[in-house]
Amino acid sequence: MSGIFTKSMARNIFYGGTVFFFLLFLALTFDTERELPNRDNRQNITPEVAAGKHIWETRNCLGCHTLLGEGAYFAPELGNVYKRRGPDFIKAWMQAQPTGAPGRRQMPQFHLTDEELDHLVAFLKYTSEINTANWPPNIEG
Amino acid sequence: MQYKSQAVAMPYFIAAIGLFVGQIIFGLIMGLQYVVGDFLFPEIPFNVARMVHTNLLIVWLLFGFMGSAYYLVPEETETELFSPKLGLAMFWIFLVAGAATILGYLLVPYSTLASMTGNDILATMGREFLEQPLLTKIGIVVVALAFLFNITMTILKGRKTVISIVLLMGLWGLAIFFLFSFYNPVNLVRDKFYWWWVVHLWVEGVWELIMAALLAFVLIKVTGVDREVIEKWLYVIITLALVTGIIGTGHHYFWIGTPEYWQWWGSIFSALEPIPFFAMTVFAFNMVNRRRREHPNKAAVLWALGTGVMAFLGAGVWGFLHTLAPVNYYTHGSQITAAHGHMAFYGAYVMVVLTVISYAMPILRGRAANGTKSQVVEMWAFWLMTISMVFITLFLTAAGILQVWLQRVSDAPMSFMATQDQLTLFYWMREWAGVVFFIGLLTYLASFFVKGEAKDVKA
Repeated sequence: MSGIFTKSMARNIFYGGTVFFFLLFLALTFDTERELPNRDNRQNITPEVAAGKHIWETRNCLGCHTLLGEGAYFAPELGNVYKRRGPDFIKAWMQAQPTGAPGRRQMPQFHLTDEELDHLVAFLKYTSEINTANWPPNIEG
Repeated sequence: MQYKSQAVAMPYFIAAIGLFVGQIIFGLIMGLQYVVGDFLFPEIPFNVARMVHTNLLIVWLLFGFMGSAYYLVPEETETELFSPKLGLAMFWIFLVAGAATILGYLLVPYSTLASMTGNDILATMGREFLEQPLLTKIGIVVVALAFLFNITMTILKGRKTVISIVLLMGLWGLAIFFLFSFYNPVNLVRDKFYWWWVVHLWVEGVWELIMAALLAFVLIKVTGVDREVIEKWLYVIITLALVTGIIGTGHHYFWIGTPEYWQWWGSIFSALEPIPFFAMTVFAFNMVNRRRREHPNKAAVLWALGTGVMAFLGAGVWGFLHTLAPVNYYTHGSQITAAHGHMAFYGAYVMVVLTVISYAMPILRGRAANGTKSQVVEMWAFWLMTISMVFITLFLTAAGILQVWLQRVSDAPMSFMATQDQLTLFYWMREWAGVVFFIGLLTYLASFFVKGEAKDVKA
């Protein structure tokens, strides 16, 4: 890398390449934003869903679970848990924690009210209806 | 040390190493919770331990980057820091804020911490790696701006080298993309989409500029190779990094509700992401082979070469392993991801910070290099930590392959928890490898206290 290929050429390629690919990224982002209404289930975002997302965040659910595959890998995927288990199971499960089974992974008790549980379920229902290109491969997540 | 104000780096390095120890202790706790599920429950539930583990990593790497900048910039710009006092003040603010945040995680229920710290005004918490309370996030921005002001002013008044400019661009990028952590729309798909503007554009974007600049600086110092050659390499590496890495963000946009064309963009560009890391490896070995001096700090040379190799393996090879959309369809969010995360962070960012510390710390302590005994201990630490990290990664990869097979590929998929029960053996082996890593870290700490004759630079 000497002789013909000079430092100032390398510099120009760096700045040119970075600007070009960042602009391309912005263009793809712009197009993504235009496409999202067809995929992201936004028509079903209700105040209950918003409240549920707030509960999801303030209990740090992602510290153990994944949601659409992102989060921690200690506990099951919850992006499709609404379809896997249904609303009643989810609520009963949350209320029964922790199991206290010796040596088993434990989930904390969050003391959510009935209304809060309904909000959380609404959020998980909304999430399960996002078009994720058929991910996960099966219902087990 | 050539400039008095470089001494500002010292407390940053010490804090970085201290927090590193904390990070590994919490890693060991989590590793044990994978096999002894109720270990330390309910005192330290897994989610709390993980938050502490990952947040400590981020914070200590930031300490490492800032300390490195304070050390490197005066020497590169051939002038004293704009304000050493500001640098020290920011150190204490960042340390106290960081410690308070970690204590908050450990002592207060997360939802209480959220309402205490203004999360109901602007909800930013509860997202992976961005769990920090709003006040902490604002604190990070304030510290980052003060730090950038200090560094920018120093560079403006001094000599402008390619290394310092690239470092500065990386640091500004770090601060700017962090601002997306304040954006948290209710729409989950858009939330995730812009969350990656912090996480991906940090670790597979601007952090690579910081890493390459730090590596280039140390290589100039320990090899004596002509600056022109090293700076040309630096430009080539960061060009490759950003050209592949920016659109490479698309490999996170496969299954989160984003349009399916991202499967093509993400697969193709992220498949090229190993190239800059490979270039870094070739660069490091090439420069050391063409060295014009024998620097007495052999340990620093070892760390620099190790960074190149391990970053290529962890970020490059283990990233490529699961980056193509048809593969990622099965591996997304599995132990394969965890395996990649561990080796990539260690190989790229942990090791580059330790490279700078290895080079700079003896000089900050008034000698060109530590005595032979101390260096031998440090090299033991290098091998213990690096080899055990290779094994952690291999065991997690094995766990991941088995997990993906049982839970996602097989004709009769097993449930998540039933699958986890089948992985116990690998989780135990990972935990033992983690114990060896911790022994390596303790050896590393010990290397700072080994007495022996210090070495001076030979011509």
